[in-house]
Amino acid sequence: MTCDICKKNEATVHLTQIIDSKMLKIDLCEVCSKSKGLQEANGFSLADLQVGLGAAEEITGNASTKCSVCGFTQADFKKTGRLGCSACWETFEQGLGGLLKAMHKSDRHVGKVPSKAAHTLVITERIKQLTGDLEQAIQSEKYENAAQLRDQIRELESQLKVTPVKST
Amino acid sequence: MKIDELLSKPSEWVRSDSPNSKIVMTSRVRLARNLRNVPFPGWAKKPDRQRALDLMRPVVEALPEMASCFSDSLDNLAALDKQMLVERHLISREHAAKNAGSGIVINDKETICVMINEEDHLRMQAIKSGLQLKSVFKTIDKVDTELEEQLDFAFSPRLGYLTACPTNVGTGMRASAMVHLPAMVLSDQINQVVQAVNKLGLAVRGLYGEGTEALGNFFQVSNQTTLGEREADVIERLNKVILQIIEHEENARCTLLEKKPRLVYDQVGRSYGILSQAHTISSKESLNLLSLMRMGVDLELLPAATRTIVDELFIAVQPAHVQRIAERKLTAEERDSSRAELIRQRLQDVPRPNNPPPIGSTELA
Repeated sequence: MTCDICKKNEATVHLTQIIDSKMLKIDLCEVCSKSKGLQEANGFSLADLQVGLGAAEEITGNASTKCSVCGFTQADFKKTGRLGCSACWETFEQGLGGLLKAMHKSDRHVGKVPSKAAHTLVITERIKQLTGDLEQAIQSEKYENAAQLRDQIRELESQLKVTPVKST
Repeated sequence: MKIDELLSKPSEWVRSDSPNSKIVMTSRVRLARNLRNVPFPGWAKKPDRQRALDLMRPVVEALPEMASCFSDSLDNLAALDKQMLVERHLISREHAAKNAGSGIVINDKETICVMINEEDHLRMQAIKSGLQLKSVFKTIDKVDTELEEQLDFAFSPRLGYLTACPTNVGTGMRASAMVHLPAMVLSDQINQVVQAVNKLGLAVRGLYGEGTEALGNFFQVSNQTTLGEREADVIERLNKVILQIIEHEENARCTLLEKKPRLVYDQVGRSYGILSQAHTISSKESLNLLSLMRMGVDLELLPAATRTIVDELFIAVQPAHVQRIAERKLTAEERDSSRAELIRQRLQDVPRPNNPPPIGSTELA
């Protein structure tokens, strides 16, 4: 068995840790286990190690995908373990899924929502509803009603566009 | 405010009159935030990074919390000053290595500090002495809410705040407490505690965070994950665990005093002896001995007033701080002798630790 970190030496240190009833296993050689501080009493977390190891490898999917905003690719993630910009999260969303599940409690955010985003979410939701209403109105040939709905949707859409994106 | 003003006095958070400050040195919460569709600092080209800094720095400086603050671009700071900021836990070692295009804004009390263009565009942290995680979170949450009105943060309804590293996505929050556990180390219980804490999905690290040594019996306990749990729940969970750690450490101290009083008096006495008499001493040895003296204060072997002296020394004995007093760069040898001199001076008026109960008494038998 070879070491999970250097992938060269024979692994002699085998660790197992259970976090939230999930088992993590790692096999290391003497040198790497020392360099990661596993032989000291100050404690370590296997998750740290695994994150460090796995993060550089696990965006899955089409290798030629490139972020349209910053030009970042999967190969770049493999090198650094970091993404290029916020748009990369969308570009590589599917490929990152497995990695997030391994790292975190779930793959869905339940914490703070910025008030600006909350505003956008409300409007987006409202547009969705009105669009449904509009389709119904058209189907039942209530054109006057439909025109009103269309204007409302336009109005809301223009509000969304106003949300400043200062930083591009 | 100039860097000299900031660094000439001890940090506000080195104060020991806060809740549970005997065992919990500090509570900290940091939030990671990024600008939408702007390359993250590690991927951005230099001009992009500079533009992002120029956009964010004035906004951070304008915060009411930063009314009196130190703010600068990292290329304007001397290496020694950066090192001092690291020793005060105000910036990360990674951030200290940065230059043009990265910045730092710190309030005058050193309780709020914002790193600009570290791994993420913004890394903001609040720090207080003792166990005050909830109040620390409240402070930094307010800063975040204020900044969010001016800056367009990258946020996804499904994944939360988007960060450079997948380990931070979601809340972008890392809450931590620095705990001082000499009795658990002395009684060989520390590994058990570390393992138990790890099992709860929390991380235990050394004095300076990820990948650092547990010097001076200090351990940093923090949350490991950022996605799928509300901020308040993370804080609550961490708080509970810290309270348990405090209880264990207190028990370990009682047991030591009861079962091995001579060991305790010996360790505290030796630490006092060496620190107050040494003429050359490394920072590692100083930290480890100061830790035992601190426990001596907690156990009332030394006067209570000694605590502030000891707590300030934890920071003051570190290499960059020692060199600042000398006003020049020192060799390692010179540092060790300057450090010893500083410690001797500060401990000048501290009386010798109490003696143990008389030899005849039963618990010493």
